[in-house]
Amino acid sequence: MSLLFLALGITAAQIILGLAMACAVFRMLRGPRAHDRVLGLDALYVTAMLLLVSYGIQTGRTLYFEAALVIGLLGFTGTVALAKFLMRGEVIE
Amino acid sequence: MMQAPDLPTWAALLVGFLLLAGAVITLIGAVGLLRLGSFYDRIHAPTLGTTGGMMAILLASMICFSVLQSRPVVHEILIAIFVTLTTPVTLMLLARAAIYRDRSAGADHVPADGGQRDEGSDA
Repeated sequence: MSLLFLALGITAAQIILGLAMACAVFRMLRGPRAHDRVLGLDALYVTAMLLLVSYGIQTGRTLYFEAALVIGLLGFTGTVALAKFLMRGEVIE
Repeated sequence: MMQAPDLPTWAALLVGFLLLAGAVITLIGAVGLLRLGSFYDRIHAPTLGTTGGMMAILLASMICFSVLQSRPVVHEILIAIFVTLTTPVTLMLLARAAIYRDRSAGADHVPADGGQRDEGSDA
């Protein structure tokens, strides 16, 4: 009974996180200006990282944790590079 | 598709509740990102997912793997520390870039300058 609740809860949480990713993608595609798109991308990678952690809970494997850590690292680097590009027009100076 | 790890009752209920709470908090932040009016309002919304949602889901993961392997598993703390440290940095950089772009474009509704700070000289 409680395992059924857990299975339903994990699936519902994944669907809800997918909806949140859809909101972020919508903002990334529509965003009136460039910094709105970067903000949408930032929200998108954080939500994708949480979705990977929930997959890890579902399958009981720790492999997904490492994937989530890599997404967090690369997303941070990408957002900082994009913000720097918006500020100065170049990434490395 | 519908599968779950073999947890005792209390852990299953706790993990399911924490996962659902974290996902709903993240969705509220994403809806705010979608619906709020200006960029300076919107930049606050996704932080709901990077604080509350992230904490709840990582806590669920820590409880799940600690019970499954019957020893304390805390490597999710790495993600928590990293996200907590990096989110303010990225959003501050992004907000400063947005203020700089809005001012140089001459847009209205730009937040006023707080204090005597030379814009962008220390970046």
